[in-house]
Amino acid sequence: MSMTITEKILAASAGKNKVEPGDVIDAKIDCIMCHDVTTPAAISMLKAKAVDTVFDSEKIVVTPDHFQPAKDIKSAELHKRLDDWAKEKKIKNYYPIGKAGVCHALLPEQGHIRPGEVIIGGDSHTCTYGAFAAFSTGIGSTDLAAAIATGKLWFRVPASMKFVLNGKLSTGVYSKDVILEAIAKIGTDGARYKAMEFVGPALKEMSMEARMTITNMAIEAGGKNGIIGFDDITKQYLDEHLKDKKEYTVYQSDPDAKYESVLEIDCTKLEPMVAFPHLPSGGKPISDCAGLKMNQSYIGSCTNGRIEDLRIAAAIMKGRKVAIRTIVVPATPEIWKQAMDEGLFDVFYSAGCVLSAPTCGACLGGFMGILAAGEKCVSTTNRNFVGRMGSPKSEVYLASPATAAASAIEGKLADCRKYMK
Amino acid sequence: MSIAHVYKRDHINTDEIIPARYLNTDNAAELATHCMEDLDTEFVKKCKPGDCIVAGDDFGCGSSREHAVWALQGAKVGAVIAKNFARIFYRNCINCGFYPVELANATEVIKDGDEIEIDYKKGIINNKTQKKEIAFKPLPDFAIEIIDDGGLLNNIKNKK
Ligand code: SF4
Repeated sequence: MSMTITEKILAASAGKNKVEPGDVIDAKIDCIMCHDVTTPAAISMLKAKAVDTVFDSEKIVVTPDHFQPAKDIKSAELHKRLDDWAKEKKIKNYYPIGKAGVCHALLPEQGHIRPGEVIIGGDSHTCTYGAFAAFSTGIGSTDLAAAIATGKLWFRVPASMKFVLNGKLSTGVYSKDVILEAIAKIGTDGARYKAMEFVGPALKEMSMEARMTITNMAIEAGGKNGIIGFDDITKQYLDEHLKDKKEYTVYQSDPDAKYESVLEIDCTKLEPMVAFPHLPSGGKPISDCAGLKMNQSYIGSCTNGRIEDLRIAAAIMKGRKVAIRTIVVPATPEIWKQAMDEGLFDVFYSAGCVLSAPTCGACLGGFMGILAAGEKCVSTTNRNFVGRMGSPKSEVYLASPATAAASAIEGKLADCRKYMK
Repeated sequence: MSIAHVYKRDHINTDEIIPARYLNTDNAAELATHCMEDLDTEFVKKCKPGDCIVAGDDFGCGSSREHAVWALQGAKVGAVIAKNFARIFYRNCINCGFYPVELANATEVIKDGDEIEIDYKKGIINNKTQKKEIAFKPLPDFAIEIIDDGGLLNNIKNKK
């Protein structure tokens, strides 16, 4: 019987030969991502219930990222609880401050993500790791606690939706624009409870960084997971990043696997996109919205705070000045170092940007770039809900790093293609 | 007695239920003081213990923060009745021992201020104000068992 890649991974994790959408399975968990907002609560729950054990201290990756470095006393307390626990439980892969970075950028970079595995995390954007042909999904603190203690979690096998990315991205158009287009088409609940599988020729020209931007936003369409098949590009990234355990299992969707729906996107025709407030589905092509005045530009996050994103932004800012507050946040210390070594910091500095340490920071309205009432921010993040980056009366416009950089220069939504040869 | 607070809106998200700026604590009582703040600053004042929230599609979309459920529980909300729920929020509700009630025409059959009573196991909402009984599909048995146990961790412990 034919299966999709998602079904195959879940079947294997439950020790079954075959699963179908709707089946409830008990999955064995291969990797758990823990951060500073949702994990301290899970730790307290485990302590309170006296089931304070860790199923496998090598399969848990811990990084404070949301409010790190601690933004206030309360977040310092969260960090302390996380730190005490990680040390007490001898968590092997613990990234304290100095090594800490935005979780979904850090885990693949540090070689913790392998194809064919089941990965969970106490964070909705855990779906990012699906770019590596893995099943990966976000959960809350109670599920996290249960998984930390038992190494297992139940899942209902999702039906799969296929997204065929046809054609070729033109200059100035990126994977962020593709996913904003897909979400604009199906809506923020268009893939609720579903697996979003991305295929097609346009992927062949996307780096792993670019692919992660796509799977990162699967949750913004309500998806349970986003997933992209394994190919040479995946292999090369893994060859460069996997450290201790280098073996993994590659699953591929069968050619006759069943999909609930198929959506084709012609990437050749795409323009840079901007998602208007207050939903990620508010995507419009830049030609329909260029000129809208902004107060801030934010370049960072697990969606677009990787080295490739910073290079794209820097290429546009080189030799130019920004017209509005512009905040650049490399997602991990490695990315930070690489950006510095490549001279990108000079470009950002000369353009008038402010650079921060790796953190989620303002992406979720934590700190380091909060908006006042009435302000508008063009942002490379993934969510533009009411109050997401500050005042409930502020507005967030989601876009690619190129669009955020071009808009920073003009002080208004701008077409990045003007700044490219 | 349970009063319905109706929000005729789809996609009421976790950032509205509990804004991220308050996520530096996981204390339910503290979170409760900001419950629904970015949607309705009056909510905490209006909501009496056991009251229900009634809403449209995709309630609880967005972040995986269980803080959203804790804030609702801390504010003593009895249940959320929505046309449907976002996946992680729905799962978090059950895990915390909190009822998500799925009702296709929720915002049409329940008016703001209606007095209601819910029989979770039978799947019946008694709208006392309108003198009507409305049926909904109860949760599967395993989920009701988790809620009856007061959440997933108690459930795991009880099974041991
Ligand atoms: S960068 Fe933003 S979206 Fe990503 S994990 Fe951090 S807060 Fe969440």
